Amino acid sequence: MNSGIFHSTYEKDMALRRTHAQKIRIVIVIVFMLVFPFLANRYYLTLANQVGIAIIGAIGLNILVGYTGQISLGQGGFMAVGAYTAGILTANMGMPWWASTIAACFMTALVGTIFGIPSLRLKGLYLAIATLAAQVIILWVVTHWDALTGGVDALVVPNPMIFGIRLNTDFNFYWITWGLVVIVTIATVNLFRTHFGRAFIAIRDQDIAASVMGVDLFKYKLLAFAVSSFLVGLAGALTAHYRSIVTWERFTVDVSVTYLAMIIIGGLGSVTGSYLGAAFMTLLPVVLTNLGRAVKTSFPIIDSIIPFIQQGMFGLVIILFLILEPEGLNKIWKNIKDYFRLWPFSY
Amino acid sequence: MDLFIQLTLTGLTNGAILALAALGFVLIYKSSDVINFAQGEFLLIGAYVIFGMIAQIGLHWTLGLALTVVVAIGLGVLVERFVLRPMIGEPIISVIMVTIGLSSLLKAITFTIWGNLPKAFPSFIPSEPVNILGATVGEDRLWAIVIAIALLGLFTFFFRRSKEGIAMRAVADDQQASLSMGISVKKIFAWAWSIAAATAAIGGALLANIVGVSGDVATFGLRVFPVVILGGLDSIPGAIIGGIIIGLLEQYTGGYIGQGLNQVLPFVVLIIILMVRPYGLFGQEIIERV
Repeated sequence: MNSGIFHSTYEKDMALRRTHAQKIRIVIVIVFMLVFPFLANRYYLTLANQVGIAIIGAIGLNILVGYTGQISLGQGGFMAVGAYTAGILTANMGMPWWASTIAACFMTALVGTIFGIPSLRLKGLYLAIATLAAQVIILWVVTHWDALTGGVDALVVPNPMIFGIRLNTDFNFYWITWGLVVIVTIATVNLFRTHFGRAFIAIRDQDIAASVMGVDLFKYKLLAFAVSSFLVGLAGALTAHYRSIVTWERFTVDVSVTYLAMIIIGGLGSVTGSYLGAAFMTLLPVVLTNLGRAVKTSFPIIDSIIPFIQQGMFGLVIILFLILEPEGLNKIWKNIKDYFRLWPFSY
Repeated sequence: MDLFIQLTLTGLTNGAILALAALGFVLIYKSSDVINFAQGEFLLIGAYVIFGMIAQIGLHWTLGLALTVVVAIGLGVLVERFVLRPMIGEPIISVIMVTIGLSSLLKAITFTIWGNLPKAFPSFIPSEPVNILGATVGEDRLWAIVIAIALLGLFTFFFRRSKEGIAMRAVADDQQASLSMGISVKKIFAWAWSIAAATAAIGGALLANIVGVSGDVATFGLRVFPVVILGGLDSIPGAIIGGIIIGLLEQYTGGYIGQGLNQVLPFVVLIIILMVRPYGLFGQEIIERV
């Protein structure tokens, strides 16, 4: 009978997968991910793709906000940079989708780093306001630079091709999305075992102490912005290729807020939390819509107020989580695991 | 020259309403260190409630405005008690996020009651155009300036002379010390939120009179940020002057350089101010530096 997880060697403590149960869970998840597209119908595959893209974006934001402690309200703007770079390179210059996606990642990393420069002087809410301004400025440029982005009109992107297969169905795109989710996850988990990741965490916990210990704040903060924006750009580029249409409405400040909500509800500074939060926030409106449809016959009025119910629930969920479980879904998940692991002596 | 006067007058009036919204924002920040992302929704609620009072129930506008202020004060107290108080001592990102959640919730409640379609608003302040130095401007816009100035005077008086006002300044200065002097910090926070909600509601009512009632009113909330950063997050005169500068800036760029640019220029100014002088024109120099 054990009373918690205790490691007796450094190798075990540093290991990526620390417990037996964790390995079993990973196997189950991977098997499920491989089998899922063959069992699910198109509707669920669409949701799976949306969740996958959201997970990549949420992990990206979590690296910046959760791990490095730099609040960003510019997520929507950075995703727009990724989506438009990928879209323009593929649609107007005929670049293959994978090349434009990589280019979009680097482009977003560059823009993210530029807008990260204020973080060298500002913290906390001042940085939040600065990134909010970044969001407004980027979106303004996108909607007013007609020659490049097509302004407020939608930009049509051709379907991606891979090995001669056109990726125009949710089933085909599923493999791209979730393949990248797996790669991003492994990369992120490993990032925080390197000195880069440790430096990010040190900056979050106490920046002055970190700089005393030799962490170059200038370098590592900008690096955090770059790495985070890289992934956010990937999420944006995937949105462009997946939807095969890019419009500015998809990248408003509401998107920034939604992603921030994902990582807060999921759990700051945790990859599992990013998964849970992304899935939760993507599926919440869907579930509400379906519930609304289900009761439509008895309450016909519900049809017209569903958007407001979604919006209200969004706000309510954020408030309730922050008041009742500030560490988010990840903490709930941990509590469940602990309950079973430590049963029957859970104290 | 006519264009200049026209732009100046419009800019001043827009600035006055921005200042009203910013005033509440600054008040909350000053007393409780909370950045209120729901300020725009307070404006929205003000606009819709007064619409309900005047157009739907048919009250006289004085009574309607008074009741709107009462509703706003009640809302402010509720928000402080049930949403912000559990957040005391939480990290800054949680506090920011809770006000964002609040803004979404308030917007949803407003739209569930009234719907989000624009509504025709029976102007309670006459909006006939008035000629000033060759420029025409709606009478209601002039009233906005008058009301903003009156409220500024009232606030200055409140903070300098009244017991509550002095207590609020004390809390803003040092919460522990004011607690030991027998000031109820909780009560002061409730005061701050209700005053903020009330000024925003008045601003919303004015805005409803000028531009009509619609969901766009809430977008004013975003435009408050350049104002408060320019003026200084914790400065009440800063909110007024910042509001007027941003209002004028928007009009001049819109009028002389081109439409569209005026939407983004305030935010460019915001970033520049943050980089050069983060405490703004009149704010206290206590910003955390990295």
